[in-house]
Amino acid sequence: MADYRWPPAGKRALIGQRISRLDGPWKSSGRAKYTYDVNRPGMLHGKMVLSPYAHAKVVSIDTSAAEAMPGVKAVEIMTGPGKEVLWAGHEIVAIAAETEEQARDAARRVQIRYEQLPHLVSDVEPGKAGEHIKQFNEQADGDADQALQQADVVSEGEYGASVIVHCCPEAHGQLAEWDGDNLTLYVSTQNLSGIPAEMAQAKVVDSADQVRVLMPVMGGGFGSKFAADTWGAACARLAKKSGRPVKMMLERDQELMVAGARPSMYAKVRLGAKRDGTLVGWSSESWGTSGPDASGGAPNLPYVVRIPDRRVRHTAVLTNIGPARPWRAPLNPQMCLITMAAVEDLASKMGMDPLEMLLKNLQLTGPLAKTYQEELEKAAQLMDWRKKWHPRGDKTPGPIRRGLGVSIHTWGGGGHPSNCNCIIRPDGSVEVSLASQDLGTGTRTVIGIVAAETCGLPLEAVKVNIGDTKYPPDGASGGSSTVGGVSSSTRRATTKALNQLFEKVAPSLAVTSDDLEAVGGQIRVKSNPSNAIPWKQACAKLGTTPITALGQRQPGNDDLLSSGVGGAQMAEVSVDVETGIVHVNRLVAVQDCGLIIDLKTAESQVYGACTMGISYSLFEEKIMDEQTGRCLNADMEFYKLAGIGDFGEIMVHIMTGPGYDERGVIGLGEPPVISPGAAISNAVANAIGVRVPTLPLTPAKVLAALEKGGAA
Amino acid sequence: MTPKDNPKDSESSPEESKQSRRGLGRREFVKLVGGTGVALTAEVLGEKLGSAATPMQGAVVSGKVFGPGPVPIILHVNKQTRKLTIEPRVTLLDALRNHLDLTGAKKVCDRGACGTCTVIINGKAVYACNVLAIELADHDGKPGADILTIEGLAPEGKLHPISASFLDNDAQQCGFCTPGFVLACKTFLDKHRDPTVEQVKEALGGNLCRCGTYMRTRRAAVEAAMKMKGGHA
Repeated sequence: MADYRWPPAGKRALIGQRISRLDGPWKSSGRAKYTYDVNRPGMLHGKMVLSPYAHAKVVSIDTSAAEAMPGVKAVEIMTGPGKEVLWAGHEIVAIAAETEEQARDAARRVQIRYEQLPHLVSDVEPGKAGEHIKQFNEQADGDADQALQQADVVSEGEYGASVIVHCCPEAHGQLAEWDGDNLTLYVSTQNLSGIPAEMAQAKVVDSADQVRVLMPVMGGGFGSKFAADTWGAACARLAKKSGRPVKMMLERDQELMVAGARPSMYAKVRLGAKRDGTLVGWSSESWGTSGPDASGGAPNLPYVVRIPDRRVRHTAVLTNIGPARPWRAPLNPQMCLITMAAVEDLASKMGMDPLEMLLKNLQLTGPLAKTYQEELEKAAQLMDWRKKWHPRGDKTPGPIRRGLGVSIHTWGGGGHPSNCNCIIRPDGSVEVSLASQDLGTGTRTVIGIVAAETCGLPLEAVKVNIGDTKYPPDGASGGSSTVGGVSSSTRRATTKALNQLFEKVAPSLAVTSDDLEAVGGQIRVKSNPSNAIPWKQACAKLGTTPITALGQRQPGNDDLLSSGVGGAQMAEVSVDVETGIVHVNRLVAVQDCGLIIDLKTAESQVYGACTMGISYSLFEEKIMDEQTGRCLNADMEFYKLAGIGDFGEIMVHIMTGPGYDERGVIGLGEPPVISPGAAISNAVANAIGVRVPTLPLTPAKVLAALEKGGAA
Repeated sequence: MTPKDNPKDSESSPEESKQSRRGLGRREFVKLVGGTGVALTAEVLGEKLGSAATPMQGAVVSGKVFGPGPVPIILHVNKQTRKLTIEPRVTLLDALRNHLDLTGAKKVCDRGACGTCTVIINGKAVYACNVLAIELADHDGKPGADILTIEGLAPEGKLHPISASFLDNDAQQCGFCTPGFVLACKTFLDKHRDPTVEQVKEALGGNLCRCGTYMRTRRAAVEAAMKMKGGHA
């Protein structure tokens, strides 16, 4: 049985170092070819006609005028007469023409008649939503009523976060090209290996093996790009009808209207504590919308701190706001905000430092209590919390009030199923291949590091192949599951291949293969390192036959990976109480994620998550017009993303070393994006003396909270 | 900081460079089509309002009407003379991407809000989605604008020091916004050899990144400046 274990700390040449991403040079020189950038000979451009109504029935479609327009080569009905549309921006017709401009002109000539139906586009309280609700079953442990009755202090509050969108830089979309019955798709996707089956299910092809999917790089997904979607199938059909390759990417307004939204969540909370700060009872009534169905699911409240006596009810408000999609750490940022804001409000009511209240209640977090303790202490040190923190309401004269906020979070991040094929060739080259994808997280680089480390070679000596379904199938990149999956399968494949090489080499070094190791570009005898043979010479002993080996990460073989991380964050804000403008001066993020493969890209993940967190805390909201049922800010002027100058600094500290490394690899994409909303909201409350109940913390909401709180 | 390096004393402060980027695009574009009564603006509005078909329109360049059908034009891109035949309404961004296969400039917002399509025109950073290609073409015997895209910044296989600094500092994740940032950074550093982080925050404020690389980007810009001066980061 091969020994796949990760090398111990002293024996890691590459793992855990700060290494630049392998595809970085293509990206920063503009040479990286994203799906949107692929131009094929004879290619047509596709455009879609969208429903202007939030709720309607399609009565009739007349495409004859559109078909007669210059350059038009194919038309595809996506939502036919009699079908119902449940949100504005729903795709009705797709058109392929010689140029983008011609396709757009033709799209305007399509005549569609609708029967308009009543719509609801605001995520109102369930009581005001009439029959547009779905109540989830109540969850209860212990006796929340009694616990709250017996508590020394009870705090009540209402908290929440609006619907936000993914706003991927590279819009959703694809290029479809047929060769006979075989379809090649260039798709911007988080789930390369899942696309062929989806095309078969959509009856675009008879069987999945007719489809090849290519995607060397992709321009952001954040949870919204697991499927090829209706436009993927429509694009393939346009290509079939026209006999030409067709590229159809979503326009920006469509991208923001329909291609991804994070459900809203609001809650009325009662939280109790004993006089010493021990949390004792929780009850919450929560609601939110994930569009026309309840697919967003119900929150599991309270978050992280598992208060033994709790009662939780959730209601989904069914709206025509557009479809929800998983957004980086689905539900967690909302649950975190609701819980941590309630804890902060309660601490404030008791005159207690919220950091001390969290530390006091860490036993409620379960097995990660020690991790949280270490992380909170580290964060407090980086923030200088104990010196800077003041009770709620900064009394400094003048309009600028400063405050601190804290939050903790958790995530799983266990690896998904993964298959890696490793080839070692007689010329010494090493290739690892997986039909995985790099969302910008550094997946390609992590795979390369693992393979190179295993073979004792420099990173440049290994070729990494991903982004093509001709390689062994891999999991979808979601829920921080990729790094655990691909590092595990790559380690296994490469170790297996290397062991085969050891067997070929062992006789020439007069030892058995078990006595060999690959280090520093050599294969050498463990007990006598000077007895060695350079890598290339060793591979030459293969003659003309390369070695291949498949490594699999399957559920059960968990020796290289783990799941379940903590994480603590602290925010320091300045609030101008005259204008209501919130500025994040500093966000401190302390994060564990087991064994780090590439510290540089890992830190980038945390920086990025914190930046996204600042963005959704202060600026982002999908704003709907109740009258027309349409999104008012389906663009990037009024759907606000944080810019480079919109915050002070972010400090990242990743927990490594004993106690963390030996857990194996754990994913990192989700956890650090969870706490910023809570930490920033708490910091604002600490600064201005009143709670701004919902995100984003816009100037108008800050001023309204000040007015209501009597502090303005 | 020497007086020369102070943005207030230099030819173009970060604030001005942001202004001029918008100026050459949005303001002059609207002035041009608005002043001559061509219905391009109406077409943009018409599309957004979902109105019935709007006929194709020509464009007016220096008082002459071109189009509405495809017309031959000559552009000067990355020190090369490129001939193409496009409708006058085609933006520089679409001309580069769809007609010249120069796809380093990305299309994201397509209306001058995100900076992802930034190119350098006559030394200034410009949103390529906000300017028509024909406006930059040779005209009446006068040479057109000097257009630099990310592909022209360094030969294939080589990295410009700014691109190298973005790589070293990992100032890119998905990388879709990176070419725009690199070019915006170049026009800024051309005029500010000793930038402070505060100046970088101001100068690159016209570019948006969704993955959240800004902390890295600030450092990449400052380090690139030091390296280009021959200093050490």
